[in-house]
Amino acid sequence: MTAFGKLIRTTAFRLTLVYLFLFALFAASLLAFFAWNTRRLITEQITATVNAETSEISDTFARRGLRGLVLAIENRALRPGANLYLVTTPAGQAIAGNVGSLAPGVMATTGWSETAYRRLDDQDSTDHYALVRVTELSGGFRLLIGRDLEERRRLFGIVAKAAQWSLLIVIVLGLGGGIFVARRVLHRIDAMTGTTQRIMAGDLSGRLPVGRSGDELDRLALNLNAMLERIEALMMGLKEVSDNIAHDLKTPLTRLRNRAEEALAKSRTEAEYRSALERTIDESDGLIRTFNALLMIARAESGQARGNMDDFDAADVARGIHELYEPFAEEDGMTLHVKAEPAPLHGNRELISQALANLVENAIKYGKPDLAVQPLNAGAATEAERKTILIEAKRAGDRILLSVTDRGPGIPVGDRKHAIERFVRLEASRTQPGSGLGLSLASAVATLHGGDLRLDDAHPGLIATLAIPALSGSSDRLAAQTQDMPQKAA
Amino acid sequence: MTAIATDTQMRLLIIEDDRESADYLVKAFREVGYVADLAADGEEGLALAEGNDYDVLVVDRMLPKRDGLSLIGALREKGNRTPVLILSALGQVDDRIKGLRAGGDDYLPKPYSFAELLARIEVLSRRRSGPAEDTTYRVGDLELDRLSHRVTRGKEELTLQPREFRLLEYLMKHAGQVVTRTMLLENVWDYHFDPQTNVIDVHISRLRSKIDKGFDRPLLHTIRGAGYMIRDGLR
Repeated sequence: MTAFGKLIRTTAFRLTLVYLFLFALFAASLLAFFAWNTRRLITEQITATVNAETSEISDTFARRGLRGLVLAIENRALRPGANLYLVTTPAGQAIAGNVGSLAPGVMATTGWSETAYRRLDDQDSTDHYALVRVTELSGGFRLLIGRDLEERRRLFGIVAKAAQWSLLIVIVLGLGGGIFVARRVLHRIDAMTGTTQRIMAGDLSGRLPVGRSGDELDRLALNLNAMLERIEALMMGLKEVSDNIAHDLKTPLTRLRNRAEEALAKSRTEAEYRSALERTIDESDGLIRTFNALLMIARAESGQARGNMDDFDAADVARGIHELYEPFAEEDGMTLHVKAEPAPLHGNRELISQALANLVENAIKYGKPDLAVQPLNAGAATEAERKTILIEAKRAGDRILLSVTDRGPGIPVGDRKHAIERFVRLEASRTQPGSGLGLSLASAVATLHGGDLRLDDAHPGLIATLAIPALSGSSDRLAAQTQDMPQKAA
Repeated sequence: MTAIATDTQMRLLIIEDDRESADYLVKAFREVGYVADLAADGEEGLALAEGNDYDVLVVDRMLPKRDGLSLIGALREKGNRTPVLILSALGQVDDRIKGLRAGGDDYLPKPYSFAELLARIEVLSRRRSGPAEDTTYRVGDLELDRLSHRVTRGKEELTLQPREFRLLEYLMKHAGQVVTRTMLLENVWDYHFDPQTNVIDVHISRLRSKIDKGFDRPLLHTIRGAGYMIRDGLR
């Protein structure tokens, strides 16, 4: 497509053409109206003057006879810019007036007519035009009074010229404006198209140019840029995940394979084979767990789990998880407490339970006080207190807070955001078993419910909080229900 | 404990289109003394299930010709109440709920361990053949009264926490059968996720210290690689 072809195909240009046509039509009708009205006015004026003079002169003829008539005509005909006068005998001979020649047959009929004429004193030989009235006087004499139409013609000429010029200006300005606007739009669209093509070719970092005018194209570009931002983030996430999957699934797979190989090569007794196979099964169970966690995170992040939501009290979830983990924590030398206030919310109970379970597991695994690094007098008082983990459910404003607080070493501020990412296992936790997906899942669950996962300092220790929008509307009903129920002793 | 003849041969129908896993299952069930028929697609499975009296159906969700859920729906519509265990690669909570709503009795996500599958099938078939809704469960000299929530061993009354009571109740309901950790988590706690830690083991060992400690004969046994079983050792 040629540049011009592209230009005239733009919407802006086509719109300009339509406007151009409309403006031309408007100008033409305005001028036509003006011309027609002027013509009417001039004609009316001439008619009135001629009528008045006709009656005046007829009057003179009636009172003073032919002589008086001729005298009056001669008198009037001499005035500068005089009208046309002509008096003829019944035989048709001119006896007074300033008309040299007339179109034939004008004097034969009475009444109004337009005619070509020449004045007696005219030097040039061109015809002029006039509007005349012929009246029959008594005795067969005829009187012609008329007025030159030159003025009317000149006015018409002016109007016609104005029409031509205005049409020309409208066309030139319109086309110019159209081309200017179209090129401007085309230029920006071309820039956008170029960027989009680069992005489609694989360069996701490209962004559309945004002008400063804030017009519709700028807003479009801004929105497209926001969309690109999101796509890039998703792609980056996907790439990171697949890299991590490759790493974190390949490592145990390699271990699995090595063990099988080793068992084949070295095992002698049945017991040796048996223990090698048992380790293989353990390893593959770990793999399955990692895989399930990844799938669940993907589901939560894509919002697919939204279908399974209902209203429930987060306090029940907190008590349930406390009940499940309390013996385990005790076995591990920690004490698990729960503090649950009514906290109604709408969500996927199973996912929220699992998210909270992950936080509790983390607290049990990593939340043990490091008494060598942080001696007892540094923060909380007794060793027993430092070995306490608190599960808490409460409502704060329009949010439900489900938090797990431990008194362990905590997570340094700079590492907190990083800790939530998939497969990330902070240096301190590498020696512990785990997939590195617990916080990611908790975070994905919070996001699915329109909330977030917060990690804060407990001075000392870590507070991990799932902050989720509270149930609105029916919240009072649920809260009332919860209060009615006798609360089980924690 | 109700004496139900577990020695009469159990008949299963496996509806699974993957030849290798189907053959593996048939062989594995034969080794534990079950008879297992095999159907490779949904239509064949439906015809076999309608024409024979099976103890349990093991149904894959994604099958050629007719998918697993619609097969179960068709069976239930005709009044066939044979217990169904759904096997599926779709293992998320909502998939599970969908499967149970369609008329399945249990749902096991792939990959699974054979021990888990076997334990679940035992429980399903027992449920069909004997109403385990007695008000009192007895294993050896251990007695659990479901109405008064009293648990006694010999002449001694045991004090259990509510959750420990429910745990024992579930174990005793399936006395003589292997009960896996996942089954306990699902049925006693109603959670369907997989804790990374051995939370269930700790609950079991607490319960064990209450019912077995100080008695000559242990009743609560750990079955290696599978789960737990409550059983009077002498029977």
